[in-house]
Amino acid sequence: MRKIKELVIERALLFSALITIAVTIGIILVLSIEAFSFFSEVSIIDFLTDPEWTPLFTNKHFGILSLLSGTLLTSFIAIAFAVPVGLSISIYLSEYAPKSFRRTIKPLLELLAAVPTVVYGFFALMVVTPFLQSFIPGLSSFNSLSAGLVMGIMIIPYISSLSEDALHAVPNSLREAAYGMGSTRLQNSFKVMVPAASSGIIVSIILAISRAIGETMIVAIAAGQQPRLTFDPTVPVETITAYIVQVSLGDVQHDSLEYKTIFAAGITLFVFTFLLNTISYRIRKKFQEKYE
Amino acid sequence: MNNIRKNRLKDQAFKIWGIFCTLLGLVLLAIFIGNIFVDGVMRIDWEFVTNLPSRHAEESGIYTALMGSIWVLLLTTLIALPVGIAAAIYLEEYSKKNKLATILEVNISNLAGVPSIIYGLLGLEVFVRIMEMGASVLAGSFTLALLILPIVIVSTREAIKAVPKSIRDASFAMGASKWQTVYHQLLPASFGGILTGIILALSRAVGETAPLIVIGALAYVPFAPSSPMDEFSVLPIQIFNWITRPQHGFVENAAAAIIILLLITFVMNGIAVYFRNKWQKKFK
Repeated sequence: MRKIKELVIERALLFSALITIAVTIGIILVLSIEAFSFFSEVSIIDFLTDPEWTPLFTNKHFGILSLLSGTLLTSFIAIAFAVPVGLSISIYLSEYAPKSFRRTIKPLLELLAAVPTVVYGFFALMVVTPFLQSFIPGLSSFNSLSAGLVMGIMIIPYISSLSEDALHAVPNSLREAAYGMGSTRLQNSFKVMVPAASSGIIVSIILAISRAIGETMIVAIAAGQQPRLTFDPTVPVETITAYIVQVSLGDVQHDSLEYKTIFAAGITLFVFTFLLNTISYRIRKKFQEKYE
Repeated sequence: MNNIRKNRLKDQAFKIWGIFCTLLGLVLLAIFIGNIFVDGVMRIDWEFVTNLPSRHAEESGIYTALMGSIWVLLLTTLIALPVGIAAAIYLEEYSKKNKLATILEVNISNLAGVPSIIYGLLGLEVFVRIMEMGASVLAGSFTLALLILPIVIVSTREAIKAVPKSIRDASFAMGASKWQTVYHQLLPASFGGILTGIILALSRAVGETAPLIVIGALAYVPFAPSSPMDEFSVLPIQIFNWITRPQHGFVENAAAAIIILLLITFVMNGIAVYFRNKWQKKFK
């Protein structure tokens, strides 16, 4: 009797774990079925090469490039801001800061990632854009610069926390050896610690890129709704995620071509983040073996 | 001698740069919050919390959105909690080191990195359309539950892993079965850690906007939901709606609602940190 009970419980627990696999299969199925029916109406060549994205107009164009450029531009600005700042924080906290300072500052930094993204969108639109406009003439009230910078602030803790963990995991003997050779903290940090923790640091950067690409509300609020193939950070753009929000807010008929476009856009987004996540997982697994 | 001094100088310069970077994000956040406080704090009164949404900014309140958020939060907890904890127990205590375990592990790590808006697309197709729930509280809760599932699983596993092996050995030595060990020893011992993870996951859920917009949650709902099948709005969507309106009164409303949303988020995070510290001490 007890054996049967144990077996039933084990099966129930296994079933719960398998739900996670069902979620993944569900995501892939939903995205590919709708995207497949989208591509039966729109040629995949047009999708990948047409420079315009105007599915909601009468003259319809379905070129994902103009949405993708918005996504890549905002993400690039965010990463260009967050990587140097985040890395400096992690090196400072792990190699310079007193232990007590680190212990108080880390949860505070993680608060940056806990703020709801709609709030960051408000900051970008109402605070950062007007501020930037005061010295960048011609900056549109919707632009990728402000959205990207605010997104950068949001992802700082992803980089600083994970990189700091990686630096912390480097065996102390390396640190002692470097100091024994007479190096300063700075030399030790950049010539010994960062190279030794490089895989962990790379993982943190990849995860931050993936987070930036998938971020929605900041760009939907502050970057605009005008898909265009540009790398000019001062003009309105539209990201893949912002487009999905724009369509969802409107009154689009189910089973219409417009409805299917959000799944075609979604699968593009999914492919990118899936690749990044897989790469980072691989690196992380390799890295764990190194020090265990 | 010159070289040494140069290196020391660089070292000091980097130290100052490091302090600057560390404080940069926090100072910016403080400026933002200060700004919002100035914009919105005068707008908060009892009417603001209890009024229904309205076309007129000064009569508008967050009642329906707040109730929507509470409904969604409760149902999301009910759905994600048992599944997440059960999956974590399986992975940590039952699963053997085989192919399935590897697949599950890779998969959960991948799910944690899927953008939240993709969960919205999944929820739209599966819950709203195929299961015909419509844009209801229930559909929104299922969507958010799937979204926070990986977070709940990962943090629960960490908490269970932190229970010393001696407790398991002692329990088995007393003749307890695997489930008895889990239920009577491991779960109570890791309770604080599990709770921390769940509160953090829920604080994430309460701020989520995009997936709920995608499944069709409305910006304007005349009444608070009274059953899981009702239409709903949530606080972040109400804020988003107010931000996108041109009239100035709505910006004030958005700022006021943001203060309340931030308050909820920070209180939840604070509680989580409190439990984490309390629980960490127990094992040290």
